[in-house]
Amino acid sequence: MTTTMTARATYALRLGDDALVLSHRLGEWVTNAPQLEEDVALANIGLDLLGQARTLLTYAGEVEGDGRSEDDLAYLRDERDFLNVHLVELPNDDFAVTIVRQLLFSTYQLALYDGLTTSTDETLAGVAMKAVKEVAYHRDHATQWVLRLGDGTDESHRRMQAGLERVWPYADELFGTDDVEQSLVPEGVAVDASTLRPGWDAYVDRVLAEATLTRPEGLRTPPGGGRRGIHTESLGYLLAEMQHLHRAHPGAQW
Amino acid sequence: MSQPLEPTTPTTAREWPLWEVFVRSRRGLNHQHVGSLHAPDAAMALRNARDVYTRRSEGVSLWVVPATAIVASSPDEKDSFFDPAGDKAYRHPTFYEIPAEAQHL
Repeated sequence: MTTTMTARATYALRLGDDALVLSHRLGEWVTNAPQLEEDVALANIGLDLLGQARTLLTYAGEVEGDGRSEDDLAYLRDERDFLNVHLVELPNDDFAVTIVRQLLFSTYQLALYDGLTTSTDETLAGVAMKAVKEVAYHRDHATQWVLRLGDGTDESHRRMQAGLERVWPYADELFGTDDVEQSLVPEGVAVDASTLRPGWDAYVDRVLAEATLTRPEGLRTPPGGGRRGIHTESLGYLLAEMQHLHRAHPGAQW
Repeated sequence: MSQPLEPTTPTTAREWPLWEVFVRSRRGLNHQHVGSLHAPDAAMALRNARDVYTRRSEGVSLWVVPATAIVASSPDEKDSFFDPAGDKAYRHPTFYEIPAEAQHL
């Protein structure tokens, strides 16, 4: 297998793992959201992400060429083999944490997929073209909530600001780039994530300002390492729940 | 049964208002009432309606209306409202002969 093919599989896996892990986190809100309507909204967003993850993991398996299916990749890899950013694995915690995380991630993902619609890789371009419409809605949903809760009551404002402080340090990792990504940029397969930052800053700053929230200071040494398989404590618990059934009943089908 | 003279205490501020949802399933058809939902305001009501009522491709257009804006006929008035129309068969246009050449009537 050529180096570019390996890089391509890794790249698809990273995008797929982001979508898969966040999808699982959103699924945890079902029956727990503030209202039934929000249960359904968050589950819809989760299912959009799951659909993206399925295509991306399937493709990663094909490109890798070792015969691993989407299920093999989702259910039979261990924590150190997952390549998602830390932001998506953080526990849901308060609703404010979930909704701010969604704003930060969807704004990034929308810009990323927008760039990938013109990827020279047909599968990545295909996923992106379908997903931009989905993610535009995710970002809108999160924006609506951030505006209402940030500029709402004293209590909702306090919790939104706390949620923002909680997830903010993890935003930097979204824009990290490395050799894997850079090897795919010249031929137009991948988007250089570091180029997405200015547009992301502009949108997020505008929403935060309108929501009367204060943009936190960044950290000098932001956490990271997810793209290399280094994770926070919470990913292991998430995988235990997500993978349990498949590992207890190998090959289980609906 | 005795009715309270004053309206009962309105829903507390912690509860979101109720909205009625209307979906147009495709172009050219009318919006049809499909159900109701809770939302804090109109913009969120529209988004909730999208998520709750159109996630299986049910529609191309949505209306949400505050449930309090709907004036409903009373079940008590059912007899005087609707029964008088029951025996006026001549109001149905069934007494005309339709020319065979007339298509798509």
